[in-house]
Formats: sequence, C-alpha cells, structure tokens
Amino acid sequence: MSAVATAPAALRRAFMARFGRWLRHDMRAAISLGYLFCLALLALLAPVIAPHSPTDQDYNAILLPPGAGHLLGTDDLGRDVLSRLIYGAPVSLYASCLAVAIGVAIGLPVGVVAGYLGGKVDTLISRLIDTLLSFPGIVLAVGVTAALGIGLTNSMIAVGIVFSPELARLIRSQTLVVKQALYVEAARSFGASTSRIILRHILPNAVQPVIVQVTLMLAVALLVEASLSFLGLGVQPPAPSWGAMLARAYGNMEAAPAQMYPPGIAILLTALAFNGLGESIRAGLDPKLRRLELRT
Amino acid sequence: MSGVGRDGAIHMVWAARLRWAAQRVLQIVPVIIVATFLVFGMLQLVPGDPAVTLAGDSATPQRIEQIRALYGLDRPFLAQYGTWLLHAAHGDLSRSILSGEPVRVAIMDRLPNTLLIVAGSLTLSLVIGIPMGVAAATRAGTRIDGAITGLTSFGVAVPSFWLAMLLVSVFALGLHWFPATGAVGIGDDFAGAVRHAVLPSIALCASGVATVARQLRSALVDVLSSQYVRTLQAKGLSPASILWKHGLKNVSVPLLTVIGLLVNRLLGATVVIEAVFAIPGTGSLVVNAALGKDFPVVQGVVLTMVIMVVVTNLLVDALYTVLDPRVSRS
Repeated sequence: MSAVATAPAALRRAFMARFGRWLRHDMRAAISLGYLFCLALLALLAPVIAPHSPTDQDYNAILLPPGAGHLLGTDDLGRDVLSRLIYGAPVSLYASCLAVAIGVAIGLPVGVVAGYLGGKVDTLISRLIDTLLSFPGIVLAVGVTAALGIGLTNSMIAVGIVFSPELARLIRSQTLVVKQALYVEAARSFGASTSRIILRHILPNAVQPVIVQVTLMLAVALLVEASLSFLGLGVQPPAPSWGAMLARAYGNMEAAPAQMYPPGIAILLTALAFNGLGESIRAGLDPKLRRLELRT
Repeated sequence: MSGVGRDGAIHMVWAARLRWAAQRVLQIVPVIIVATFLVFGMLQLVPGDPAVTLAGDSATPQRIEQIRALYGLDRPFLAQYGTWLLHAAHGDLSRSILSGEPVRVAIMDRLPNTLLIVAGSLTLSLVIGIPMGVAAATRAGTRIDGAITGLTSFGVAVPSFWLAMLLVSVFALGLHWFPATGAVGIGDDFAGAVRHAVLPSIALCASGVATVARQLRSALVDVLSSQYVRTLQAKGLSPASILWKHGLKNVSVPLLTVIGLLVNRLLGATVVIEAVFAIPGTGSLVVNAALGKDFPVVQGVVLTMVIMVVVTNLLVDALYTVLDPRVSRS
C-alpha cells in the first residue's frame, strides 16, 4: 500500500535526479534553460523592473544616445529603449508560444488520425500536407494574416497554420511505427476504443520527437514574429515589440545608430537559446546520437 | 548480336526514365490544383463580408456592389473558384484593387528582382556552406568542427533583416561599397543589378550557409564512418581520394534535397529582405498588398511562389534519377 503511495514521489525524485545530471553534463542545455528562465522572469516582472513606461513619449528627449537616465537611449518619440526592450519580452514569448501551440493543436490530431486510420483518409491528408509544405512559410503567413486581419494574435495564428503540416507529418510517421507495437495490438484485442488507444497508447509513445520539433519551432516563431512586426503586419503601435523596434531603429539609423543593437541581440540570444535547448533535448533523448558524439 | 542487346538495354533504361518522368509530372498536377484551392480559399478566412473588406475603409455602397460584381463575390464559393481557376489557367490573375494593374503584369515586372537575390543567396549558401561542411566532417570532433558548428548555430538564429541592417550600416552608409537600397533591372544594367543584389544576397544567405554546412556535415560523417570507407582505408587509399571520389559522390543526394528546401525558404525570406533594401520584388509586392487588403495581388503572388517551389522540387527529383538510378527503378 505504502509502496503504491510513494511511487509517484520516487518517480519524481528519479526524474529530477536525471534532469540534474543532464544539465550538469550538457552546458548548452543548462545555459539555454537558464537564459530562458531569466527571460520569462523578466517578462513576468516587466512592470516592476522597467525604469520607465514603454509608451510614454517625451519630445524633449528624442533619439538620446545611451547614457544615465536612459541606459539604452530613447527612440524617435522619446520613449525609453530599455523599457521597450523589457516590455517586448512578454510579447515575443507570448507570440512564439501561441504560434507553436496552434501548430500543435492542428497538426497533432490531424497527424495521429492520418497515421492511425490509414487508407483514404491518410492519402487525402498526406496530399494536403505535401501541398501546404510547398508554400514558402512567411509568404503563406503574410497571406493568411492579410485575410484574418493585421495584428499580433492573427499573425501568430497564421504562423501556427504554417507550422501545422510539418508537425502533422512528423506525428503521422511516428504513429505509423507505434501502432505496430504489441501493446497497441493487446489494447485493441481487449476491445479498447479507438480514441482510448490513441490517447493512452499512441500519443504518449509518439510524442518524443515532437517535443524536440516544438522547441526548435519556438525559435522559428520568434524570428517570424519579429519579421512580421518589422513589416507592420504583427504587433501594432504603440505596443512594444523587438521586431517593430528594429523597424523604427532602421528609419533612424543615421541619427541614432546604437538603437538597432539591443532588439537585434535580444532576438538572436533568444533564438539561440530555443535552438540550443531543442538540440540538447534531441541529443539527450537519442542514445544512438549520444554514442556517436562521444566517438567522433 | 551483342550490339542489339546493348541497344535494347539502353532503350529500356530510357523508356523507364521517360515513364518515371511522365508519372512525376502528372503527380504535381493534383498538388497544384489543391494549392489553387487553398490560395483561393484564403479569402474565406476574411471575417464578415469580403466585398466590404476588399472595397476598403470609407467605401460607398456603390463601390462595395461594384467590387462584389467585379470579383463575383455574390456567387457560390465553388462557382467563384471555378471561374478564378479557369482564368488563372489562362494566366489571368485578375486586377489589383489598389492600382488597377493586372496582377500577372505586376508579378512579372517584379519577379526578376526577387529571383536575382534568391539565386545570389543560393549560390553563396553553396559556395560557403559546402567547404564548411566538408571541413567540419573531415575534422569531426576537433576544435575546427566545434567552431563551424557554433557558427552555424548563429546562422540559424540571427534575424536576416537585422543582419541586413548591420550590413547596410557598415558597407553602404559607412564604407559606401554598395548601394543601401533599391534595385536595377538586370536587363538594363547587369553590373548595377549585381551591385544592388550583393548585400541582400549576403543577408539572406546566413541561414542557408548554416543549413548546407550542417546537413553536409552529418551526411558526410555518416558516409566516412561506413564499412566501405573503412575497407578503402584498409586498401591504402589516401584520405583525400576517399573524400573526393567516394565521400562527396554519396552526399550529392542529401545535398540536392537541401537545395530544394532552400529555394522554398529563401523565396519566403525575401519578403523581409526586400522591405529592408526597398527592392521592388514580389516579396514587397505581397507585403504591401497584405497591408492594403489587396487580395487579388496576395493570391497571385502566393500562387506564383507555390508553383515555383513545386517546379523546383520536380527538377530536384529529376536530378535524383540522374545521380542515383535506383530512384527511377523503384
């Protein structure tokens, strides 16, 4: 009885121990995770940390160079660049997560259904996936954003739609492998319903490569959000966003050249962290790859 | 007798290739039809009455009715789609709402500018990425490999439009080596067109270089650690001749796959790069159309790009069969 009760706690301890070992052995994972944790904290505490309001304009302090009072200077409307950078963090994180969540919400069920049911349904869905993968991603996102209406949430829905075929294809191919497994056949022979088999047996066992893909896609979503906001299709003024800040900085490049560095570096570091985490998870999940890396 | 036999065999190989080619061309027809359906269906995502959206802000009721009649929005969806598809098949992609210009003309005017920077950055991606991949794979595990892998991480993560801004500030505004913005028609002034395309191509190629280097490295590491390479080493072949004669031959197929993928990605990424450099290409065309709710133009550009990607993939597949005859046999 007590063994059953302590099982989850023991499992959690074992998991935490493995997690700690992973972080100690993989510097890239530790740094990436640490950076993202700090960024999330910054995003949550933006109102407390930011020295100024991100939208307050001061026409007596336009395009100031970095210095006391305004650590990173001010933009062409006299707004504090550091504060806008800090307030841009939650925007970027929200946008990346939203796009990937929508991609998963569409791609996962479609991929599982296609892989599990097979036959005509699979052929139809696979053809649709192939076609959607032929659309250049950003161009499709621009088109869908134009249809849904310009704005951050709509443009990220568009990016999610662009992500979904890739995720669907990945989960479909995993499902094809997992559904051959003996335990799936056993569940079927016991009369388990299709939905129970998919939810309890297929999904948990097919989801590993999706976790890697999702982490890498967060970086792509971040870059696409910055691009769309730079183009004016994403975040609308006066809301702060790293991409939109770069658009303003570009317009004032000769008067205030320092302004294009902070948002660009923020985007670069965050994308590096998402990618680093994704690659590390991939390496951690794949024992074959781990051996290969040791050998070469 | 033996001559007849050989001719017969060659004939059969060519017949198989032709049959395969015909099948492959037929396979892209449904893809393109589904693509046209999706492109046209995008308009259905517009919330509310598309005619009101298309007519723009502060349009008179007459203008809205005019738009509705002009684009056939009062008819059922499938009938609209059928008419649109029929016109599109004849090269008629309707007219721009903002400028009244035929969409096909607008696209054809701007396409060369876009293709020039896509071709430029694809070339740079291969010219820089292949040596990097080979260097990393042949020195796998060393510091050089680590440095190249680190560089590729930056290549994938750097926002291309920010890199473009940095290039403009250094090489255009600072050193005055290249023009900061604009484009010159490649037919009017070839040297000028290339000069204008240099910075956009470099900005665009960062992720391409990284992708080529990474894929080539992993494919080449696999080949170089395979059984038959070990046999060749045992036979006493020099590492250089193993690499050039056997290694690179075996990674040509994965490399082709990467090229197909890159064309798709570069075509997409030009959208932002053209905005930075104020290049009148299809990318800036689609962005301005999206900002101005000019749907016929949006649809036209998206369709053109999909068709270009599909045709590129077809060419890539055709090259597979030349490089690897097993593909057409299976």
